[in-house]
Amino acid sequence: MTETKTTSEPAQEFERVLTQSATAVASFDTHEKSPLEKIRHFLHSSPASVPLIVLMLSLIIFAIIVGSRFFTPFALSLILQQVAIVGIVGAAQTLVVLTAGIDLSVGAIMVLTSVIMGQFTFRYGLPAEVSILCGMALGALCGFINGVLIAYIKLPPFIVTLGTWQIFLATTYIYSANETIRAQDIETNAPLLQFFGQKINFGGATFTYGVFAMLLLIAILWYVLNHTAWGRHVYAIGDDAEAAKLSGVRTKRVLIAVYVLAGLICALAGWASIGRNGSVSPQIGQFANIESITAVVIGGMSLFGGRGSIMGMLFGALIVGVFSFGMRMYGTDVQWTYLIIGVLIILAVAIDQWIRKVAG
Amino acid sequence: MSREPILTARGLVKRYGRVTALDHADFDLYPGEVLAVIGDNGAGKSSLIKAISGAIHPDDGEMTLEGKPIHFRSPMEARDAGIETVYQTLALSPALSIADNMFLGREIRKPGVMGSWFRMLDRKAMEKRARDKLTELGLMTIQNIGQAVETLSGGQRQGVAVARAAAFGSKVVIMDEPTAALGVKESRRVLELIQDVKKRGLPIVLISHNMPHVFEVADRIHIHRLGKRLTVINPTEYTMSDAVAFMTGAKTPPAQSIA
Repeated sequence: MTETKTTSEPAQEFERVLTQSATAVASFDTHEKSPLEKIRHFLHSSPASVPLIVLMLSLIIFAIIVGSRFFTPFALSLILQQVAIVGIVGAAQTLVVLTAGIDLSVGAIMVLTSVIMGQFTFRYGLPAEVSILCGMALGALCGFINGVLIAYIKLPPFIVTLGTWQIFLATTYIYSANETIRAQDIETNAPLLQFFGQKINFGGATFTYGVFAMLLLIAILWYVLNHTAWGRHVYAIGDDAEAAKLSGVRTKRVLIAVYVLAGLICALAGWASIGRNGSVSPQIGQFANIESITAVVIGGMSLFGGRGSIMGMLFGALIVGVFSFGMRMYGTDVQWTYLIIGVLIILAVAIDQWIRKVAG
Repeated sequence: MSREPILTARGLVKRYGRVTALDHADFDLYPGEVLAVIGDNGAGKSSLIKAISGAIHPDDGEMTLEGKPIHFRSPMEARDAGIETVYQTLALSPALSIADNMFLGREIRKPGVMGSWFRMLDRKAMEKRARDKLTELGLMTIQNIGQAVETLSGGQRQGVAVARAAAFGSKVVIMDEPTAALGVKESRRVLELIQDVKKRGLPIVLISHNMPHVFEVADRIHIHRLGKRLTVINPTEYTMSDAVAFMTGAKTPPAQSIA
């Protein structure tokens, strides 16, 4: 199909005048883009850059206002430690949000599995390895329940996980009788449960194994999402589920896998949270779902699905970490942190909407 | 016609509750032709096309592809059999790149360990094939194969969807209202695309409401009415108003052409 063919004999009478119109139909507008348009195009193609820039700016701001106390390897590595759990749960949330879903039960799965890991070891005397495997399996089962209800019964993810959130949390309390397993007991009897709390020092910085677990997990998921067919299918489902189905994506199977994987990752977070807190308590991690959604949104992912990068989620979690740590060092009321995070969430969504207009 | 049809349907029946969408409908597609399917709204043409493309299950009737009976349970099975459909909605993922879209659901993996163990996509191979296909169809005004589909114009998106069908459709390409959402000029390019695909020897089933387009590209016109095939006409022997009259029942087609 060439341009000359188009301009020769018109096939329809009404197309005769077409020769007078512009001939470059399907070529791209090559007009000079304004700097703003260029920025928008860049942001459209690399969604993690906005949160990265915000992260850098917030680091610089706190380095200025808090001073040298803030910019030490120790302080910065402390932020990473504090972010580790949210980062792991956020990875699970990322998968779900990419499919245009939302998982409110992530925190509940995390608490439930950590309680199972602890109680199986201390109540039934199982070896810690077996308890951990049981916790992992239960996490996957919780995700499977979410997945089946969403993919096959076709209930909205928000409703399903709102329900399972309550169910998993209530189960945790009923099963554990609201009982805490003390850190010293775990340390002497089942140190494996605290595996992710172990620390490595170098150059003044302290990293827990939990930090490495988060970084490794995010690296693996980044690879899977960007360089495997399955990852592309996750994006395609969030983008347009019907189109994905017609293109040959087994949408139900992928959706189930996403929720199972999310459950499994939450179980990993449950294990890591034992390392972080030392003890096992049904009271911890109540807000992990909201924190993970916050990280995902500030990380520039679209809650409408199909857009964003898991790296953005990591940056989003770090931004929250930097703000809460920096504000505390600065010595202000902690409410200022929440206020700023609230503003960031709204800004992030506004920027997402603006970037999307590149299509129009 | 002496040649054997590549795709046939006999006595297809599809009921939705008390509504009969297909009432013993027949269908024949011959190799290398463009067959237009026209019919008024509710005549059952989309049910007919869905049955052929595997999107619905007829309650009764038989279909054959190259003489062998076929029973599709999903669009995937029809695709695997070599029947590709360009949906009216195009079924493209806006945020994914052109290459990703063309290979969605049938990605190419890297050879060796990277592909089999790490399941890594072979982006280079996919982009090359996508580029080749688009060039073949004269669509290489699309510069960057890695750009998101949502940055393309309506006609370009249609082009990507047609290229995908032409790249993978080995036996039949079905196009559902390919020009419905397009301007005059973009429609022209799509019609040329249809001719290009036809030149490659692929038969095309074209569903359209646009009579000038139908009469321009179709070799034969299948007129659907009241859930069955009313007749098949040769566009050179009838006018557009005849076709519309047959479609609406204002005129009865001559007896010999009733298939």
